[in-house]
Amino acid sequence: MAATVTIAPDKTIRLQREAFDIAAEVAALTRGRADIGAVVTFTGVCRADENGEAIAALTLEHYPDMAEAEIARHVEEARTRWPLLGVTVIHRYGRIAPGEVIVLVVTASSHRAAAFAAAEFLMDYLKTRAPFWKQVETPAGKEWVEAKAADNSAAERWAAQAPRDRLSKGRS
Amino acid sequence: MKVRYFAWVRERVGVAEEDVDPPAGIATVGEFVAWLSQRGDGYAYAFENPKVIRAAIDKSHVHANARIAGAGEIAFFPPMTGG
Repeated sequence: MAATVTIAPDKTIRLQREAFDIAAEVAALTRGRADIGAVVTFTGVCRADENGEAIAALTLEHYPDMAEAEIARHVEEARTRWPLLGVTVIHRYGRIAPGEVIVLVVTASSHRAAAFAAAEFLMDYLKTRAPFWKQVETPAGKEWVEAKAADNSAAERWAAQAPRDRLSKGRS
Repeated sequence: MKVRYFAWVRERVGVAEEDVDPPAGIATVGEFVAWLSQRGDGYAYAFENPKVIRAAIDKSHVHANARIAGAGEIAFFPPMTGG
């Protein structure tokens, strides 16, 4: 029998320049927990193209204190909508090359429906509400990435759903 | 009042942050943007299309009709493209 049980922090929000280790983050969230039955991870990765144009890298600018506060607000919103047992959000800033990770969302719950839904909800809001801006390096020079209408509609559909919808009570 | 600019709004204005003292008649974020845009060519360029400009007061998103009274820090930036 294990002599010690480390209670994992159930909410982690981190902004950092360096890359992250997905497996280590999942392990940190679930260590010592026997109540978690589902862990969903979403990882955003830098592509080598933007709108069909080759890019050498992207640089993420952010509004430091507001980014953390805004992500925390949406994590709290997710926790009122679904019975989550843990959430980790890590967003990088600075220069990121194709193939490198950009963002990580990990959601843990007893059952998968809540973990899937909360991860998607958090990503939709990160895209449209968290104060980050991507600039890409193209052969023609540096260009700011334009916001996509599809990202706005993805975030808006959650507003139409009342918190604590049936997913929160659903079993996986 | 501290004003911060991000991404291409920052590049066009030419500074990342500054302290400004808007006249008493400026009550809302939208009026503040209109006043800022008259401060020079960079400002006029940054705020040429006010509808795309996003704003935050004390690190929370606000609409153009939000009142600026009591604000410690106002930020202006383009639509966000993180994630």
